[in-house]
Amino acid sequence: MIEVRNLTKRYGTFTAVDDISFTVEKGQILGFLGPNGAGKTTTMRVITGFMPPTGGTAIVAGFDVVENPLEVKRRIGYLPEMPPLYLEMTVNEYLNFAARLKQIPSGQVVEKIAGASRKVAISDVGDKVIKTLSKGYRQRVGLAQALIHDPEVLVLDEPTIGLDPIQIREVREMIKSLAYEHTIILSTHILPEVDMTCDRVVIIDRGKIVAQDTPEGLAKSLKGTEKLTIMAEGSAEEISTAVTEIQGVQKIVDSASENGVSTLTLECDFQFHVRKAVSELMSEKGWALLEMKVEETTLEDVFIHLMSDSSEEVVS
Amino acid sequence: MRNVMTVFGRDFRSYFSSPVAYVVIGLFLVLTGVFFYLLTSSFMQYATNLQWQAARFRQPPPPVNVNHMILRPLFSNISVITLFVVPMITMRSFSDEKKTGTLELLLTSPITTAQIVLGKFLAAFFLYAVMVLLTGVYPLVIILFGDPDVLPVAIAYIGVLGMGAASIGIGIWISAMTENQIISAMGTFVILLFLWLVGWFSNFTTGFLAGFFEYISIVEHFDDFAKGIFDTGHLMYYVSLGGITLFLAHQSIESIRWRS
Ligand SMILES: Nc1ncnc2c1ncn2[C@@H]1O[C@H](COP(=O)(O)OP(=O)(O)OP(=O)(O)O)[C@@H](O)[C@H]1O
Ligand SMILES: [Mg+2]
Repeated sequence: MIEVRNLTKRYGTFTAVDDISFTVEKGQILGFLGPNGAGKTTTMRVITGFMPPTGGTAIVAGFDVVENPLEVKRRIGYLPEMPPLYLEMTVNEYLNFAARLKQIPSGQVVEKIAGASRKVAISDVGDKVIKTLSKGYRQRVGLAQALIHDPEVLVLDEPTIGLDPIQIREVREMIKSLAYEHTIILSTHILPEVDMTCDRVVIIDRGKIVAQDTPEGLAKSLKGTEKLTIMAEGSAEEISTAVTEIQGVQKIVDSASENGVSTLTLECDFQFHVRKAVSELMSEKGWALLEMKVEETTLEDVFIHLMSDSSEEVVS
Repeated sequence: MRNVMTVFGRDFRSYFSSPVAYVVIGLFLVLTGVFFYLLTSSFMQYATNLQWQAARFRQPPPPVNVNHMILRPLFSNISVITLFVVPMITMRSFSDEKKTGTLELLLTSPITTAQIVLGKFLAAFFLYAVMVLLTGVYPLVIILFGDPDVLPVAIAYIGVLGMGAASIGIGIWISAMTENQIISAMGTFVILLFLWLVGWFSNFTTGFLAGFFEYISIVEHFDDFAKGIFDTGHLMYYVSLGGITLFLAHQSIESIRWRS
């Protein structure tokens, strides 16, 4: 449904997006994940035909953005980072304008407005001036605008940014429910969002794709290692030096001490019996081991792992 | 065409959702009304004087020309007021959409940049035309109570509309280049002022330069219209100026796509 091919975008001499390629299948939700300035918005703006790429192209529903931007625009609903609202209009006036812009036949406008309003639960504020709405409602109005012409593809740039936790959950549920009828790309820098809503993840950093897979697949790719947190009496430095000697301990991710109790987080290789070795070491040295636990690898770990060494290697 | 009308409709209504349209129309009508009052009262004084003198010399009073004495200066004044009013009409056109991000909605909808520019131009021009035609009550008063030539009045209105169209083109172009309304209004005003004053510069220069200055001056072209002389050359000037500036506005919006 969406195919991005060797897409590059430069602003002057600065390369914001550097030769990225990925595809999204029909009905899928793709999460586009990356830190600030990674190039998410830039990529979306190219896909939606807001601006042309410097190199490469994107194909949406069979049409090339560069060669046939109008056909692509007909098939895309886009919610930009800042919802494009005319604050002085009422919700219905605004949706009416959006419907006409998207060339919905006059006879169907009212029906489409009602349909989109229902999907994002704003039917009750149709006559309110947008200026008077809360941020969450404004976001929904923006979403209704993107949905109004039943586009095959939805492009949502950070759809939950700035919302309260309850609204975030509601908007996520909305997006999930839309996936039956639409193919969706959404960008975010919130990891749980991707975990909860997306079928596939593309992680991008400084304009380059550093990983793309299913959320589970990504978590698994890091499963060669596990994180071990130990809490023991003794000085953090001494414990650290001793622990690094153990075979299988790759690095110490975190260490802290308080009132003579040290807490260390280790990254260990799965294959070795690190836990056993640690408890033996502790009794040998006479340090009281107070707690030891293994942490699940989360997407967040994947992300941080990738970000910290994305300059050296590219996983894909 | 439907796309143009969509943009036109929203833009035209947006003028009335802020005080802009009311202030602009009010200002325009009040100013032209004041000028009309001053011109008619000085005309009355002049006519009374003539009558009084004629009575003294026991002769019939000489004919006076209403077109000459009231309508022609009135139209000159309307054209001056246009200079101030057009920047107020066009300042938000693209600037506001750039600032609030709604331009992103327009540019990602299945509609061409040319249609957007045209829709916006027509909305501004329509507001201007409504405003100008409302001043028609003043000539109407003269027509009811006096005996002016009507054709020159109609021609003068064509001139006012032509000049307005060209000025609005400039305003739309400037607003396409900035997201700041104030800069948009000031920039438009400065350019319009320049195109006004350049006619006077031509008095201080000679040869080609004088001719050129005279040609690009907005007022020089208006003079004939105010006198009731219809010259397609002058109309062509306004139409070309409008066309060129709208083309530049189009290029400016397209270039955002390339740059930002
Ligand atoms: N119009 C522009 N001109 C020059 N540089 C730009 C422009 N727009 C974006 N950039 C740069 O391109 C890079 C990518 O920006 P982009 O907005 O795509 O990032 P993002 O992933 O959406 O970030 P965020 O999470 O903050 O929204 C950034 O370094 C940004 O400074
Ligand atoms: Mg962004």
